Formats: sequence, structure tokens, C-alpha cells
Amino acid sequence: MLTTDVMESVLGRYRNLTILVGVLFLQVLGLAVQVKRSADAENTRLIRVWAVDAITPFERVVVWAQNGTRDLWHNYCFLRGVRAENRQLKQQIEQMRLDQVRLSEDAQQAHRLQQLLTFKEQVIAKTVPAQVIGSSGSDLSRSIYIDKGSNYGIKPDMAVITAGGIVGKVWIVYASTSLVLMINDQTSGVGAMIEKSRLQGVLKGTPDGAVILERVMSDEQVVPGDTVVSSGGDQIFPKGLPVGTVAKVGPGREMFLKIEVKPAADLNRLEEVLVVTEKQERNEVVDSGVRVRAADILAQRLPSVPEKPAIAAGAAAAKAPGAGDADAAERGTRGEATPMTTGGISAKPQGSRQSGTQSVAKIPDESSPASQAPKKAVPKPATRDPGLNGGSADAVGSNDGPAQTKPATTPPPVTQPNTPSPATDDPH
Amino acid sequence: MPITYTSGEQIEVYRFSIPVTVGVPLLALFLQAFVPRRFPFFSIFDLPLLVTIFFAMARRNPISGLLTGAAIGLTQDMLGTYPIGIYGIAKTVVGYFASSLGAKLDVENAGARLLVTLGFYLLHAAVYFTVARGMVNMTLNWSWVHGIVAGLANAVLGVGLYFVLDKFKQRT
Repeated sequence: MLTTDVMESVLGRYRNLTILVGVLFLQVLGLAVQVKRSADAENTRLIRVWAVDAITPFERVVVWAQNGTRDLWHNYCFLRGVRAENRQLKQQIEQMRLDQVRLSEDAQQAHRLQQLLTFKEQVIAKTVPAQVIGSSGSDLSRSIYIDKGSNYGIKPDMAVITAGGIVGKVWIVYASTSLVLMINDQTSGVGAMIEKSRLQGVLKGTPDGAVILERVMSDEQVVPGDTVVSSGGDQIFPKGLPVGTVAKVGPGREMFLKIEVKPAADLNRLEEVLVVTEKQERNEVVDSGVRVRAADILAQRLPSVPEKPAIAAGAAAAKAPGAGDADAAERGTRGEATPMTTGGISAKPQGSRQSGTQSVAKIPDESSPASQAPKKAVPKPATRDPGLNGGSADAVGSNDGPAQTKPATTPPPVTQPNTPSPATDDPH
Repeated sequence: MPITYTSGEQIEVYRFSIPVTVGVPLLALFLQAFVPRRFPFFSIFDLPLLVTIFFAMARRNPISGLLTGAAIGLTQDMLGTYPIGIYGIAKTVVGYFASSLGAKLDVENAGARLLVTLGFYLLHAAVYFTVARGMVNMTLNWSWVHGIVAGLANAVLGVGLYFVLDKFKQRT
């Protein structure tokens, strides 16, 4: 009885403090339960839905009003000079149609070259554009809200990108909204690699919003300015998407480097993003049935010593129309192996790498004197392989008929005019 | 009016209408979530904290203050990706002490509000830091420079914000 009175007296006297301790205890308890059950947000999903439903309508209204004002300005108030611009654009379309014809030929050839790559790679098949409508409201949590949710097929762990580079991944999905965890949040992790050296690491955020690449050994060569791309190892981001550039390199913990990365996407000023809703795993198969070895593919990608001009010139002379068999016979007498060719695709690594790589990397410049020169001087051999040599649209065309001098209007091959690679001119 | 130490009977206790009680914290949370996307520097401000301090000091009731802080803090937690309760605990503590201080001191002038807001900002940061590191195992680095600069920025904004919110006060 006395104890109860004392308790009541104490509680009455320290009522405020007691309530404070009680409220804090409840919150600490709730926090402890969440931490114990793991960081999965599914445990608190319902509560978060309430908060998001309370806040995001305001954000939607503001974004809607903002876009409406902008559209009004662009559609009604900003139409001066449209007629002249229209005329100019029509001219541009005509020009672009011409370019398109040329580029489509190049694209077809690039496609054939791509078929040589037997690596399995993921490509983005489908994306959903979304608008950024808000953030988490905390300086320490780097996350954003987008205006698309499960109604649009968004699911957790989908990649979110912009034209500049990767942004983050979908963390929590609501009906018409999603929370995206950005790559500079300290709880995020992205498989990434240095594009040039192919060194792989894990991209993580820091408490102050910077992005660092971890797990790269300290004896590796990484310099500021190196491009960082996604490695695809996290099964979220397709391989090869731009992530950023190396800003600073320093010693990290244990044997690893601390590489600070400047994100390619401006994470502080995001307005529109793309959610990758579907990825395809493309397994390229060489349609001709040729088995291309990994070493050959590697050789195609690595730089090599260029052919000697004298040998090349001699070989070019031997590559006159109809000389293909003689060339093969000559190789036979020297004991050289004839390059393996099947179905128009040569598996000879070095020559194919030279011509193929160049043709894909460069779009011939018609105005360039250097590129104009070989058009008249060098006849194209009839036996030129369309899949690997030449690399330009005319090279493809030459496969169908006898040797012919290239017309001046067609793009020239990028290979040196006086040093044609013998390897690229192998007969079938 | 300067800071005056006064008894509970002498100081004025204010109350607010329901739309203000609900709408102002929601608006603060909305602005905190929306504005930093357009103006990244705005993330240095903590509008929900300023609103918590204002309501707690105006009502001068510790229980009301801590409950206001808890509600605003928990809602702020729900919008983020971290476990719910980190902001809740920090703002509960701030709400309690702000209302306790408001019950003893009449803080009405700009200078006093500036200092009080700076102090509560640092208290909030310290509690958040402790909970986040101690319980959630988050990697946070304490920086006095950042804390004081952010605290001053919040205090300056708070003085202006309190001036606006004073218009909604209703005498009991």
C-alpha cells in the first residue's frame, strides 16, 4: 500500500519525464526489432505507405503545376520563328535521310561484326520513363521518389538510369510511386569496373554523399579520369552502362585502393529517369557455325603492331582480281596455314581485328582528303570478306560481284590506302 | 521581448488550430522532401526540426512537445530508407527539452531564438548520431564544422520561419 503510494507520488511528480522515457523506450524497442529483423523495408511497408500517401500527392500537384506552366510557355508563348525553323528542319530531314542510308549500311556491318562476339551480355530491352517528384527528406538518406509504381510494372531491384549514367535501384514500390535508392547512399552497392583496365570493384556511397569504388587492389593502376562502367555482376544493372569517372585515387583500408568516383549522372539535379523494367540476356551465336576461340576474340580487341608497309604493298599487288588462289597457293608453299574461313567469316584474329575494329569505330569522313585518296587509286579485290574486312558499306557490296573501283560518293575504307592488310584480303 | 525567467503562471501558453497543427508539419515534411531535388543546398535545412521546436516552445507543455516531436520525426523516418525511429527519437528529445525550456523562459526575440535553435540543432544531431551509430550501425562521421554551419543556417531560417508561424498562434 505504501509502495503504491510512493510510486504514484513519484510518477505524479516526474510525470513528464516518465512519459518521455516511455515514448523513447517504445521507439528504441521498435528500432531494435527492425534492426534485428534485417534492413528489409518490407517489415515496415504499411507504415511507410501511409506516410508516402500523405506526402506524395502534394509533390504530384506541384510537379504537375510546374510541368503545366512549362508546357504552356513552350507551346503557346515560345512559338516565334517556328516557320523558319520548320523550313530549316525539313532541310535537315532531307540531309539526314541521305545520312541514314549510309549509316544503315554501316550498322548492318556492325551487326555482323557483333555476331562474332560470343560473350553473353545483357541489354536493356524495355524501360519506363519516370519523373522525380521528391526525395527522402533527409540529408543522410540518398533516395528519391519517382512517379511510377507497381501500376506501371515497376518492381524492387530494377535499375534506374538516365542518359548520363546509372542512378540507383528501385528500393520500395508503391502503387503509383517508388522509392529509389541512389548509388551515393551508403547502403547501396553496385558492381562496377574500370572501363580501360577492366578492374572490377564495388561502388558504394559514403555518408557525405560521395561515391567510392572499393575492392580494387592497391597494386593496380588506376588514374583520375578513367571511366567507370557497370560490370553487370550485381544482376541489377546491365553491363557497360556508364557510372562515372575516377576523380581521386588514394590508399584505402587493408590492401585496397580508395577510388573516388564522380557519378556520370547528376544525382543532385535529377528530373527524369528511366527504370529498366526488362533486360534481355543475349547470347550471340555465329550463324555460320564457325567456332571462334576466346583467344581470337581477345586478339581482336587488343592493339597490335601494324603490318609492314612493304609486305602489305606486295600483298596488295598480289590481291589483284583473280589472284586469290595464287595467294593461297603461295601460302601453301611457305607452309603457312590458310586462315579458317567459313561462310564468309574469317577467324584469323589479327587481320580481322584491324579492319573490323577500325570500321566500327570510325565513320568515314567524305570531306577528308586522306579518305578520298584510296577511292580512285585502289581497286577493291573481289574476294574481300564482308564479315571482317573493309568495314564499310562498300566492302559489303563488293562481296556480291567482281572487283570494282569505288565510286567517289561512297565512304572509303578506313584502312590505310597503301598498306592493305593481307590478312583482311584472304580469299574464301 | 527579451528572454525572461518567469513562472509558469506568468508566461503565455499558445495553442493552434487543427489545420495548422496538422498542416504545418505536413507542409514542412513535403518541402523537405521536394525542395532539395530542385535546390540541393536546401538539404542542409531541417524544416521538420524547426517546426518541432516552434510548436514545442509555443505550447510550453513537455508532453505535447515530445509527442509532436515523435510524430514529426517518425513521419520523417517513414519517408526514408533507414529503420523507422532514428529521427523519431531525436525529435522526441528535442521536443521535450524545447517545451521544457519554453515553460521556463519566454523566448520571443530573434537573438534568443537564434541561439536556442542552434543549440537544439546540435542536440538533435548528437542524438541522431548516437542512435544511428549505436543501434543501426550506420557509418557516420561527426563534423563540428558541418554541424555548426548547418546549425547556424537552420537557426537563421528558423528565426524567419518562427516569425511567420507566430501569426498562427492563438492565446488560450
